[in-house]
Amino acid sequence: MFAFLANPDRFMAFSRWAAPILGVVAALLLLVGLALGFAAPEDYQQGDTVRIMFIHVPAAWLGMFAYFCLGIASFLTLVFRHALADAAAKSAAPLGAAFTGLALVTGSLWGRPMWGTWWVWDARLTSVLVLFLFYLGYMALRAAIDDEVKGGRAAAILALVGVINLPVVHFSVQWWNSLHQGSSVFGARPENALPAVYLQPLLLMGLGYLALFGSLWLVRIRSEVWRRRANVLALKRAEG
Amino acid sequence: MDFDMGKYAAYVWPAYGAVAVVFGWMILDSLARARRWKRKAEDK
Repeated sequence: MFAFLANPDRFMAFSRWAAPILGVVAALLLLVGLALGFAAPEDYQQGDTVRIMFIHVPAAWLGMFAYFCLGIASFLTLVFRHALADAAAKSAAPLGAAFTGLALVTGSLWGRPMWGTWWVWDARLTSVLVLFLFYLGYMALRAAIDDEVKGGRAAAILALVGVINLPVVHFSVQWWNSLHQGSSVFGARPENALPAVYLQPLLLMGLGYLALFGSLWLVRIRSEVWRRRANVLALKRAEG
Repeated sequence: MDFDMGKYAAYVWPAYGAVAVVFGWMILDSLARARRWKRKAEDK
């Protein structure tokens, strides 16, 4: 799959139809997920704030998943010096930052009524903030270096350093005492597992977020390919 | 479907609003970039 898509022409042909299809799938999943989310009963402890879970948890998942994609693309950039991998890394960063920022904001809006505070320097919250800062650092470093190839490689090294933070985010609620609840979906203890009435909309929203990320990632990689082609054209014109 | 968030409306709706704004930005920015650079790349 990687080898097939590593060819820019094949990637452009594939993404031309894959991006809109994923976009439609995302819209359908999000609509059904939202409908089920608002049809679910309010939680006996958390009341209607439980509905924030359907938009907060998938944002946190996608913030981590996008960084994982950024890490793989950065690795391929450094090892194979592949321009399309660099375009993929560059394109994943703003989307991942947006999902992580959403996880922080919606988590804060959920934490205030449940915990009595907007923010606490807890292991989970702090490690997600660090993830957000890695995204910002990646984009800032790329933007700060004029030579695009050097900037891409320097940012790729920073991205790979940040991959260390992913298991810290995931296991933080197990490794340290945390105000944040433990996992209630993947690897959840039976007593913590979500009932189906909440799990179904949550998983649909998660898949919807994933499809949206996939669609927009493809669109942004295509833009990056066109931008580089436009720059080559402009250089040729300037040389006469 | 129940849209009455009761005493938690001040937290639930801003959270959904933030998602709507950020998703809107992600979609519009991605499409605008694609349109702009496609036009420049195909400008012979």
